[in-house]
Amino acid sequence: MTQNAVVKTDMPTIIIRPSTGWTALNLRDLWVYRELVFFMIWRDLKVRYKQTLLGATWAIIQPVMTMLVFNFLFTKVAKVPTEGIPYPIFSFTALLPWGLFTTALNTASRSLTANTSMVSKVYFPRLVLPIASVLAGLVDFSIAFVLLIGMMVYYRITPTLAIWTLPLFMLLAIITALGVALWLSAINVKYRDVNYALPFLTNFWLFITPVAYSANVISQKWQLVYSLNPMAGVVNGFRWALLGAKTVLGPALAVSVGISLIVLISGLFYFRNMERTFADLI
Amino acid sequence: MTTAIHVENISKRYRIGLAPQKFRYGMLRDRIVDIFGAPARLMRSIRKQLPLVDQPNFIWALQDVSFDVEEGQVLGIIGRNGAGKSTLLKILSRVTEPTRGMVTIRGRVGSLLEVGTGFHPELTGRENIYLNGAILGMKRLEIESKFDEIVAFSEVEQFIDTPVKRFSSGMYLRLAFAVAAHLEPEILVVDEVLAVGDAEFQKKCLGKMGDIAQQGRTVLFVSHNMSAILRLTQESIVLDKGRMLMRAPTPTAVDFYLSSGHAQAGERIWDVDEVPASSAPFHPLSLRLRDRRGMVIDTVRSTDPVTLEVEYRLDLPVTGLRIGFYLSTMRGEYVLTSFDTDDPGLFEKFSSRKAGRFVSRCILPPDLLNEGRYALGVNASSFGIRRYFQDEQALAFNVDAAGAPGTHWPEPRQGPIRPRLDWKIEAIE
Repeated sequence: MTQNAVVKTDMPTIIIRPSTGWTALNLRDLWVYRELVFFMIWRDLKVRYKQTLLGATWAIIQPVMTMLVFNFLFTKVAKVPTEGIPYPIFSFTALLPWGLFTTALNTASRSLTANTSMVSKVYFPRLVLPIASVLAGLVDFSIAFVLLIGMMVYYRITPTLAIWTLPLFMLLAIITALGVALWLSAINVKYRDVNYALPFLTNFWLFITPVAYSANVISQKWQLVYSLNPMAGVVNGFRWALLGAKTVLGPALAVSVGISLIVLISGLFYFRNMERTFADLI
Repeated sequence: MTTAIHVENISKRYRIGLAPQKFRYGMLRDRIVDIFGAPARLMRSIRKQLPLVDQPNFIWALQDVSFDVEEGQVLGIIGRNGAGKSTLLKILSRVTEPTRGMVTIRGRVGSLLEVGTGFHPELTGRENIYLNGAILGMKRLEIESKFDEIVAFSEVEQFIDTPVKRFSSGMYLRLAFAVAAHLEPEILVVDEVLAVGDAEFQKKCLGKMGDIAQQGRTVLFVSHNMSAILRLTQESIVLDKGRMLMRAPTPTAVDFYLSSGHAQAGERIWDVDEVPASSAPFHPLSLRLRDRRGMVIDTVRSTDPVTLEVEYRLDLPVTGLRIGFYLSTMRGEYVLTSFDTDDPGLFEKFSSRKAGRFVSRCILPPDLLNEGRYALGVNASSFGIRRYFQDEQALAFNVDAAGAPGTHWPEPRQGPIRPRLDWKIEAIE
């Protein structure tokens, strides 16, 4: 090595000072660290089903078991109208985005506290952690999706042309999960109550989302209030795009998208503003 | 020369709850009462508009610290536990923000506050190199190009595709350090990472640090290992209780650090805020030297026995605890290490210690140490399980050689020990 091994071209100048007021989102920094997002997702996938007997089968077992329970409850015990769609595929189509949402919400909300040493010892945009956790959920989703295709073949259901909108509904589920998780993960750093509230929150959320039943059972005048829950829009959208369910999306979907964007943007700002205290509080 | 780091009046304030003082025996019951009392407290505080938590205590981990580091300089940072060294490094590496003040840094900063951050036990060595590199801020291409070098440095080639949970702790550390050592930022901030691993590996790490310094990179280096500081840095700053006491050429700074800041009269008493929270349930209270009449002393006569004693508290029962004394010279060379359960009988008898206060003491025999200044360190650990606490320079003391062998010649003797050896002189016909 020569005396001057360090290349001294365009050395960035970093200024560190206490931040006051609202912090800018500074998403550029996140872009610089995009590879880390990739590596965190990759780590997550590598270790997720390590030392399990059934491995990635779990990605299928969970929604299938829930579907079987729902099937028993809502076709044998109580009848639920399903617009003429066989109940198993009716609920399974909804369980997929629902599973994507809850997995993303749960892992992302715990992502900061699960990586304490990274947060307290290394600098990187903290947004990397919840974002990577949310995206890692897509893999389980894809595995279960293969099963869904199989079920569609079995029930002889041809998807409508609207199938191209499916990624948009997935995006809506991801944005909603990320928005809520940004709030919860930041709060979780200071108050671990979030850990205990999460199971309750996802249970409650399941009841107000038309996973087990059809959104049509909600009376017309409550439809708009009902759609304040973005996941209602996602689930209805999935059934509409894949099964041709006759759900009216229109204004309700607009409300869903609006709400989820508000949660995401407010979550981003809240997270960025709490970020500076993470290392001290965690 | 240009300035690489400009630190201007940096202060950092931490909130600490009142928890440490509340810690006492019968703790579990207190905690249960605490837990169930929480909702009631919450209601009360909402009603009376009181703050939710007990009035927090604030501590200033750093106060008005200012200094500049030139490009290519290697600066040492010394100070005892709780002096603010780690806080300073955390601010410089942007992990946490200062409460006041400003830092201007020219160049990319790589920080090594801990080795192996983000290592996942289930992943293989190869996978962890990529992951850890990315966490430390390396690009994938950069890691790929240095991959072979990293593996060679770590000496774990054969196991590179084995999950690191199967690694010995030594292999794990070597791999972790190897990744970190191949970071190539313009400015490198290094915390106590060398305190780990076996002696040979420490030597290798020090060598690597030396190379990094040779390459003209700016390095900030924190260590408790004075000989490492002396070897690697020309200049050092001394921190104490969050303030910068001095900046001087390293030998001067080391002397100053080792001889000042210690309690007077051969006694060291630990304040609550000086003991890192991570040392719980072990809590050191005091360390002192006594002469044969039991008086606390700071100058020991080489010809007299001296009692070393450490008092400590255990907040929970601890199994396999051993309290060690480290005796070293001012230059950081070890003279001896001894543990209170070195004797197999005592080891049996104290295989487990209950919660409470203890004192461990031993006697240094007469005619042992040469004249000079020594540092006494304390270590509390359970072998193979955990190290609770370590302070290698807890107390400094002088040894006076009056009456020791050979003092009729007024000249300094080489070497840290001065035993009275049984010389025989015989004339051979």
